Amino acid sequence: MGNLGVELYGHLRKLIPLPRVGSGRSMQRMTEVKSSAGGKADHRFALFWSPFLSVPEASWRPGCSNVEDENDDNDDDLQGTTVDSGHYPHANSTQLIQRLPQIQALARASTRMGLPLNPSGREKALRTPGLRWADEDDAGPEREIISGRDARKMNLYQAVRDAMSHALMKDETAVVFGEDVAFGGVFRCSMGLAEEFGRERVFNTPLTEQGIAGFGIGLAAMGHTAIAEIQFADYIFPAFDQIVNEAAKYRYRSGGQFNVGGLTIRTPTMSVGHGGLYHSQSPEGYFLGASGLKIVIPRSPIQAKGLLLSSIRDPNPVLFMEPKILYRSAVEQVPVDDYELPLGSAEVLSRGSDLTLLSWGTPLYHCETALSLLSSPPPPLSDLVPPLLRTANIEVIDLRTILPWDVHTITESVKKTGRLVIVHEASITGGVGAEIAAEIQKRCFLKLKAPVKRVAAWDLPAALQYEKFLIPDTIRILDGIMETLTY
Amino acid sequence: MLALSRRIAPLDTFRRMSRCLATATPEKPDRKHGNLPGSSQSAITSHPHFFNSIMGDDNLIPTYRVIDTDGKPIDGAQLPDFDEGFCRKLYETMSTLPLMDNVLYNVQRQGKISFYMTSHGEEASIVGSAAALAPDDEVLGQYREVGVLLWRGLNPEEFMNQCFGNENDIASKGRQMPVHIGSPKYHFHTISSPLATQIPQAAGVGYALKRNSERKGKNCAVVYFGEGAASEGDFHAGMLLASTIPSPTLFFARNNGFAISTPASEQFHGDGVAARGPGYGVDTIRVDGNDVLAVLNATREARRRCIEEGRAVLIEAMTYRVGHHSTSDDSFAYRPRAEVEGWVRADNPLSRFRLFLQDRGWWSSEEEEQFKTKVKAELIASFRRAESKKRPALEELFTDIYAGSEPWNIKEQRDELAALVRKYGGVWDPWKKELTKFKGSGGSFTRSDRND
Repeated sequence: MGNLGVELYGHLRKLIPLPRVGSGRSMQRMTEVKSSAGGKADHRFALFWSPFLSVPEASWRPGCSNVEDENDDNDDDLQGTTVDSGHYPHANSTQLIQRLPQIQALARASTRMGLPLNPSGREKALRTPGLRWADEDDAGPEREIISGRDARKMNLYQAVRDAMSHALMKDETAVVFGEDVAFGGVFRCSMGLAEEFGRERVFNTPLTEQGIAGFGIGLAAMGHTAIAEIQFADYIFPAFDQIVNEAAKYRYRSGGQFNVGGLTIRTPTMSVGHGGLYHSQSPEGYFLGASGLKIVIPRSPIQAKGLLLSSIRDPNPVLFMEPKILYRSAVEQVPVDDYELPLGSAEVLSRGSDLTLLSWGTPLYHCETALSLLSSPPPPLSDLVPPLLRTANIEVIDLRTILPWDVHTITESVKKTGRLVIVHEASITGGVGAEIAAEIQKRCFLKLKAPVKRVAAWDLPAALQYEKFLIPDTIRILDGIMETLTY
Repeated sequence: MLALSRRIAPLDTFRRMSRCLATATPEKPDRKHGNLPGSSQSAITSHPHFFNSIMGDDNLIPTYRVIDTDGKPIDGAQLPDFDEGFCRKLYETMSTLPLMDNVLYNVQRQGKISFYMTSHGEEASIVGSAAALAPDDEVLGQYREVGVLLWRGLNPEEFMNQCFGNENDIASKGRQMPVHIGSPKYHFHTISSPLATQIPQAAGVGYALKRNSERKGKNCAVVYFGEGAASEGDFHAGMLLASTIPSPTLFFARNNGFAISTPASEQFHGDGVAARGPGYGVDTIRVDGNDVLAVLNATREARRRCIEEGRAVLIEAMTYRVGHHSTSDDSFAYRPRAEVEGWVRADNPLSRFRLFLQDRGWWSSEEEEQFKTKVKAELIASFRRAESKKRPALEELFTDIYAGSEPWNIKEQRDELAALVRKYGGVWDPWKKELTKFKGSGGSFTRSDRND
């Protein structure tokens, strides 16, 4: 294993974007992306999919601040006691889960006593824009109470697990199922849930994607909450018929008499460094025509938890796609209570007036890096980045919900900036960018100062050894921004 | 399976060996199974044993029958529990089905509805199985099971409303093709055209019933499909799911010999659909689908097992599709008319049961005449009413896509169509003529002051 770890590290090193020079801009609400658990040797994790989960130690994403991390030793302890502490998840999970409530109580107590628990991170997490506490009484006066609430450092898969745990706890009809979910899932998103809620509610299915989707539709048609997992988005196509012909049309075709609103299909998506053709795909565009379905992609742990809880409780079937490279690499303080983030609404991550940069999921981090290269190009690039462009004000938007997408926020932004660059990991032709470009062109025709630029994968399968030249990486985003700014 | 504790004696061993030689059934030597990958319970044998028949000796799975084609109980058959009233309701429902089919088939031929599918020949399979179910067992059908709804009390006029897609069509608001009906009141999930998709869904429905404390042990999910649909991957998925995630799901295959033009012999090479049940670890029975009492008995027992054991059960009902596949099909292009007529004469599910009833004095020719005259008149009256109704309001085109707030694209596209209809609806003949068919002639749809 040690050798494998070293090799992986070396392989992934090649994927690291160019180092950041200078301060640059930083997006206040972007999560920090780094190796989880403070650089512990997670690459020893002995699951088959571990290569996808590993990221090099220290901060692979230049531009992120590690100041908060260094100050939160307590947090690291907390991290170590979540269901994800071990390198061999099956070994200790039960024990850890049993200990979890005491540990959480301890953590809360330490917060009350004023012990350092990364207050700035917690504060930021609890004030996430659009966050709605699910335990507050809607009838009461609107208020913002965050005292007494806690946040805990989680990576993306822990946040997903936390969301499912809330859903299972509050809704007796909720069940979680899919291939290998009972032992915790190949990405550990359902760690300990079977032990906590029982095998009747968290269970494995035979290896049949069309069956998983159909089974979930049947449960949801009976008013139950079905949280299905498709192991990789690349394998969702056998379920395409059930999702597009059945789930999406269930309410409409029955005149509203039946519906499958309780169905949520979770699936890991996007590239991971070495996923090749069938562990890398971003198939969201294929589902765009399935009116009746919602498609949601989060960018970070806070977003994943809030958006997943909203998806589970939304009265429509939802396809929830989790960028798998972020499972372990995206870490932030996440509110521990039950909260939701709105579907159908994009989030403006940084305000700007010169260009709108729109993306979702993993490429948002490449966008952020591209912006820091733009404002402070390192010496090898400085000749290629005209000084005039370095002060450009870029508005960065996370689309979050792909269907139905938030046309108003994008339109408003492009009407202001006059320029739009859309970045996504799926291929250009037939991708979501095509849909957005057409609609924005229609709405902002007179305001556009440059053609809408799409930075996306080429119209090719995800060739294993060529990934760096296939996906919309930082330098391509930078080039797309510069091309659009100078048009 | 032989008991593992059976004492090994030389005679016993010899007898078992000779049986092993005489039959195709694999023998399981005591204590000679063990830690095999995949299946630890498989016996070890020194004979290279290939097999291709569940029953052994190339025998096919037998077909369960209660009454013969003359309506007489066959030797050894046990009649189901019933009384005269129940039997009359059974026969009347079975008889209503072809009467209603005839009306709607002819209506389609006259171009008054776009499409139709009859149940001719399968009345006993459909109504007989429905009669064995609780009225609130959840049914997921393919499209040739409207007899289940009739048994459960659906007024034929409601079915006609759906076929006409008129303003009283609550089942699909005029959105789906004829015959694609559904009704929460009768626990009958809305039919959709894609074949077999309902099969894995039924496994989920069964699991939901099992998880519902009020319905656990009381209800099962029932899924109907043809032998052609059983070739879809979803059949495999559904059987597998209900078996491994034990769910009270009753699988009912209507093997009527044809999937449109494809004869069953080109659909599978094995022993029908029933032979697949044991492969999934599912209790299975093959039944004479033209014998309503056999279907009734088999379905009652299947339902009992399903609910008591919380597991899947498979029934394959052997029958014959007497009608064309649909109104878009002329079945004499691929099968001789004489074959069809032969089936109707030799083995008619309706006449079989009628003879049975007449033997008991529970039905007569006069009653037959009176019943048919009465039902025909009612059906014609229902058809006239359904025909005279307008289509739903045009705005229903855009509703029920999403629950909750309406997405911008749906709203904008609806407004765009409304504006176009306002502009051209009065002058463009194809639209002008079409608008008059809708309730309110599109008036409320095109009103520009509509507040939403």
